[in-house]
Amino acid sequence: MFTRREALMGVATAAILTTLPPFAVSAQADEAVINALPRVKVKLVAPPFVHAHDQVAVGGAKVVEFTMTIVEKPIILDDEGATLHAMTYDGSVPGPLMVVHQDDYVELTLINPDTNSLAHNIDFHASTGALGGGELTLINPGEQVTLRFKATRTGTFVYHCAPGGPMIPWHVVSGMSGAIMILPRDGLKDEKGAPLSYDKVFYIGENDFYIPRDESGAYKSFESAGDGYEDMLKVMRGLIPTHVVFNGAKGSLTGENAMKAKVGETVLIVHAQANRDTRPHLIGGHGDYVWEMGKFANPPAKDLETWFIRGGSAGAALYTFRQPGIYAYVNHNLIEAVELGATAHFKVEGDWNDDLMKQVDAPRAITTN
Amino acid sequence: MQRPAQILIGSVTALVMGAGALAGAGSAAPEADGARPPTVTILPGLFAYPNPGEFLRDGHPVAGPTTLVSFERPFEIMKYQVSVADYEGCVDAGACRQADAPRLRVPNNPITGVSYLDAIAYARWQSERTGQTWRLPTAMEWAFAAGERFVGDAADIENDPTNPARRWLSLYERESARGRTAAPDARVQGSFGTNTKGLADVGGNVWEWTATCYVRATLASDAPEVVSRVENCGVHVVEGRHRAYMSDFIRDGKSGGCAVGTPPDNLGFRLVREPRSRFGLAGLKRYLRGLATPATD
Repeated sequence: MFTRREALMGVATAAILTTLPPFAVSAQADEAVINALPRVKVKLVAPPFVHAHDQVAVGGAKVVEFTMTIVEKPIILDDEGATLHAMTYDGSVPGPLMVVHQDDYVELTLINPDTNSLAHNIDFHASTGALGGGELTLINPGEQVTLRFKATRTGTFVYHCAPGGPMIPWHVVSGMSGAIMILPRDGLKDEKGAPLSYDKVFYIGENDFYIPRDESGAYKSFESAGDGYEDMLKVMRGLIPTHVVFNGAKGSLTGENAMKAKVGETVLIVHAQANRDTRPHLIGGHGDYVWEMGKFANPPAKDLETWFIRGGSAGAALYTFRQPGIYAYVNHNLIEAVELGATAHFKVEGDWNDDLMKQVDAPRAITTN
Repeated sequence: MQRPAQILIGSVTALVMGAGALAGAGSAAPEADGARPPTVTILPGLFAYPNPGEFLRDGHPVAGPTTLVSFERPFEIMKYQVSVADYEGCVDAGACRQADAPRLRVPNNPITGVSYLDAIAYARWQSERTGQTWRLPTAMEWAFAAGERFVGDAADIENDPTNPARRWLSLYERESARGRTAAPDARVQGSFGTNTKGLADVGGNVWEWTATCYVRATLASDAPEVVSRVENCGVHVVEGRHRAYMSDFIRDGKSGGCAVGTPPDNLGFRLVREPRSRFGLAGLKRYLRGLATPATD
């Protein structure tokens, strides 16, 4: 299952543990000061949507309370019926996007109901210490735990389950990841420091899944997550996913579930991938301002065609739609987009702009004179 | 199942009880055919049992309490770990899943590459074919039978409530120092010798599944008393050269991920045989006595 020893994962982490960041040394929190801060409770919503939040912080630092219940449940990944015994934060794959501002305190209560079968925890890339909080949050079915961490750095950051050893990748490729966005208190800014804002935010979690097949090539189904563990580990070790999808399943952000926007609207797209590199691309559009690495202390890149999200990170792209129509938002490894599932759609309403594009001459037989 | 009496004590300090309990020596049963593997009878006795699991006091991890346990009746446990040949009999009968292939599949080697679920499937088959009751030992029975070879959890872990990292660094240093066995391949039964109770291969390179669930318990602030506990029976205690906690479906200790300790080299098991019947006169007496004994495990 989980081991704090195995969670260390060797020498790399040993180095981290022995090199304590200077500001962490003997910085005892003044509980009285933190207790005096205003507290707000946030109700999380399922992706691709994001809970209501201020882009520019109102007032000073707060303690922002979140509750997530871990849900183990089977989910269907595609139209062939491939089934995963998913492990989820709050019932969704990916886990919900949490939004706070820099200097706020994130206070998460994590609940592992006794209807689950496995121990779980949470490692916030945004937090400092204790393996991202993983050491302090490991809970058995029937337990709950509350972790508080200070949002010291701005940006979009992955969180994921990390219960030790081979349980770590297994839980992650079983759906157990999500993201948090820590906004600067005065909001997003362009490369010159001028304010940027968005009308809508969409949150896209990309997952790679490794579903075992039987001799005939059909996806195998298992009675429980544990029953499928050995077989899934074999597929995982091949490093070739059977599915690369957005929002937990092939086609979950297309058709009726396509994301909606209007010409002139500015959309922030947060893209998280906890395990594997990806390269988002908006077909027919661009990234006006892109924090490829997701960290708002760095100036955004401009006018990108495709951006790169490193496995184990979340990035953000700001785009104002200029034309109506259907836009495909893909992982621009097109095999992964089309064959493995990493495609989402935007439905954009509004007036067409001939200046930007016009079909000057409709298709017809080639002129031969 | 035998319910030993136990008293929670704060440390491993010996506590003398008035009862005439003696340190139990083992006695070997006659060698027998495949259906009736050689067993050792563990005689009644008293021992200090370091409880498995994770224990918190005031929200901070602490070493588990030690319980003074009195085994008032003898019990019978396999002298050797279940062998490759034994286990393959169960596979051939369609009652067990094939174990993960070891590099060497020698009939007289202990079976390895088996999960808790495999072990209880084997116990079920062994019970059915013999008409007897065979089951995994509890961690408490295992610890008692392991005698001088019992290790358990390390208790010398640094613990600073104001700085949790001291504990992690201390654990890390201990684990790094322990390292893994130079020769992790399972060896023929008996290679690791017998303990004073007559059990073979205790603390060799095959760790053993037990019937005891992983537990996290909160201790009272001022006493070794458990005030609340959550059992996770998807994870069981594994005993051997050191104690580990493994998910029931894990077959490979090396890659399986365990709660505490360097990963076991190999996962195997041995079984306990329940007394024949509780309905004979002697059995009835045992049964009534059992009812009068506090049930705690």
